[in-house]
Amino acid sequence: MTFFMFRRLTALMVTLLVASLLIFLLLEILPGDPAAVILGVGAQEDTLRALRAELGLDLPAPVRYLNWLGEVLQGNLGRSYTYDTPVQELLLNRVELSLPLALLAILLSTGIAIPLGVFAASRHRKVADTSIMGFAQLGVAVPNFWFAILLILLFSVKLGWFSAGGFAGWDAGWFPAFKSLVLPAVALALPQAAILARVTRSSVLETVQEDYIRTARAKGLSRSQALWRHAVRNALIPVVTILGLQLSFLLAGTIIIENVFYLPGVGRLLFQAIAQRDLMVVKNLVLVLAATVVLINFLVDLLYAVLDPRLRLGFHG
Amino acid sequence: MIQLKSQLKKFGLIFVAMLIGAFQSQAAKTHLNMGMVLEPPHLDPTAGAAAAIDEVVYANVFEGLTRINRNGEVLPALAKSWEISEDGLKYTFHLQSGVKFHDGASFDAYDVVFSLERAMAEGSVNAQKALFKPIAKVVASGNQKVVITLKNPTGHFLFNLGWGDAVMVDQGSSATNKSKPVGTGPFVFKRWVSGDRVELGPNPNYWGEKPALKTATFKFIPDAAAAVAAIMAGDVDAFANFPAPEMAGQFKNDSRFSVVEGSTEGETILSTNNQKAPFNDLRVRRAIAHALNAQEIVDGAMFGYGTPIGTHFAPHHPAYVDLKGLYPHDPEKAKALLAEAGFPNGLKATLKLPPPTYARRGGEVIQAQMAKVGIELELIPVEWAQWLDQVFRNKDFDLTIVSHTEPMDIGIYTQRYALMGAAQAVIAQDAVNGYLFQLAKLGIWNSNLSGLWENSPVQANDLTEVSWK
Repeated sequence: MTFFMFRRLTALMVTLLVASLLIFLLLEILPGDPAAVILGVGAQEDTLRALRAELGLDLPAPVRYLNWLGEVLQGNLGRSYTYDTPVQELLLNRVELSLPLALLAILLSTGIAIPLGVFAASRHRKVADTSIMGFAQLGVAVPNFWFAILLILLFSVKLGWFSAGGFAGWDAGWFPAFKSLVLPAVALALPQAAILARVTRSSVLETVQEDYIRTARAKGLSRSQALWRHAVRNALIPVVTILGLQLSFLLAGTIIIENVFYLPGVGRLLFQAIAQRDLMVVKNLVLVLAATVVLINFLVDLLYAVLDPRLRLGFHG
Repeated sequence: MIQLKSQLKKFGLIFVAMLIGAFQSQAAKTHLNMGMVLEPPHLDPTAGAAAAIDEVVYANVFEGLTRINRNGEVLPALAKSWEISEDGLKYTFHLQSGVKFHDGASFDAYDVVFSLERAMAEGSVNAQKALFKPIAKVVASGNQKVVITLKNPTGHFLFNLGWGDAVMVDQGSSATNKSKPVGTGPFVFKRWVSGDRVELGPNPNYWGEKPALKTATFKFIPDAAAAVAAIMAGDVDAFANFPAPEMAGQFKNDSRFSVVEGSTEGETILSTNNQKAPFNDLRVRRAIAHALNAQEIVDGAMFGYGTPIGTHFAPHHPAYVDLKGLYPHDPEKAKALLAEAGFPNGLKATLKLPPPTYARRGGEVIQAQMAKVGIELELIPVEWAQWLDQVFRNKDFDLTIVSHTEPMDIGIYTQRYALMGAAQAVIAQDAVNGYLFQLAKLGIWNSNLSGLWENSPVQANDLTEVSWK
């Protein structure tokens, strides 16, 4: 187990190093001069030069790359060009929204999807199964930004239960903050839940064919006992894989939902930073996100081991 | 049971109290929620070109020696009066007395010297440094008087001092204005929830007349559909620059809202790269001008919001000359001109489109109009940063669409206006640009609100005259 951890951690570091180089190179070839974006079309050449020097953009590329790595290794994510505040601070402000939002969405989607998927599997080819899968199909097909707009029209414009967007902030108390996350979380959770329910169902259907389920039934467990006690746990491995992917997606890929609800999250920060050529924010943010994804995958691998003892034993070999 | 009753009573009382509170706050509503599409990158108007900065802080948080009002006129601000020498080179400003910055520092002539010298300095990152180019020196004469000497007479000088880029800042706080702006205006900066909103509060020590509003929140809503929902749900009271003309219709028939069409200083043009073949040929440029149908573009791309133009001057400018008739929409003539220039079978070109709606959607209409005369346009959407780099700086383009914003002084320089008129005619004759339309300012706000700007002579959301009915 220790050796496994060590090997995975080394792989993690190498991945991140490669990622950092890739991010840096990509931003090098990205057209657009940050100084020109900040100063606009009225700027004089000497003003542009002064700003470039101030931002450290006049140094040669390899020097800038090594400087950046050095800073990151010291835990310093630099200062945003446009906001002129430490990137850490910006990121932490945004994580305050994005992490709870992602967790809430995951909680909602798993809370809905796994029981529904298992239930559908237990009613294989019956009306319940067909209708649940029909809804799941719809959930996968409906784009979440459109679903979000429908939610806003109903719950904000018509009924006035929630505000149409924005984030109250945690300092306004947990309830207003939580309230502003409800609709976005539902909009995010629906397509995720639909996918998850389908995966859960087919995975459960596969495991119930296994010999050990027949054995469990033979030793006297009822159908649903065998299902919930043995099949579900084994069926969860592909579900966890999808869940891991979804969590990474939720942390970084909520740009659209954050725009629809105008939420100050990580996705929108990244989007704005790219448009404004705030390269300091872009490169550090992407690196942090890459690290998060790698870390989540690492945790998912560990979870497999918890779910499947065979994998745990395999680690020694 | 008794306990429950008393509980109910308590709730009842609270409810009544809340109702009374609601009525009271209705009677004296002094808060405004203003929606904006773009979030400012920071809040220092002297260190960036982004219009969103001025749209939050101009006239609200920061003030200059002069200010521009809703009609584009120059008014006294921190300078209560001024004298200009005969030769137009020496400006003597008399400052308002008793003015304090929001952090308590007092404002005097030395702050004027500091602010202007900071903007003019070698390492200055002022986006409009050219405004200060004519200044030879700035000298404080006592605490309340400043003498500015110019290198050459500059007609727009008083207007230029009214730009957001020329606001007065204090030495002690100038370095932190980006995140914590400290000005002299009627509103003080309260806080900025990055990505979400900026909150302003009242300035109890304001030197001038205090505005009716006490507090204001600027909410940043990039998505058009979200903007509509936010207004409908009452989350924002006003969207002074509403981003989606196609959605304005649903507000027009709703008595809760006012839909106000005003003008901006943005002349939207189809710019041709006249240094590059075949656009260096006047006949090709004229062919393009004849192929364009500005009204169709206004209708198709902007849902009717906008005014067709024939020159790079705004129709509301006193020196404007109506040159729309110079190149009437005439596809046959365009084809003939193209044939004459050596393209009887038409030609192919690219059209680079920056992100704003007027460009992206206008581009599609123009593509269709050009196709009718045999010019096949390939539309290339580019980001703003790419546009600045490829099109604006490196001139790597055939055609592009841009809204050219340069506010002009509405003064009384009649003679100069005659010259301006002549210049417009020359430029239009050369058909350097295809003139499309004057960008409209579409404002949607609660119909109980008054005092918001109808037009935008400068990019600002001046809240000093806003009040609730």
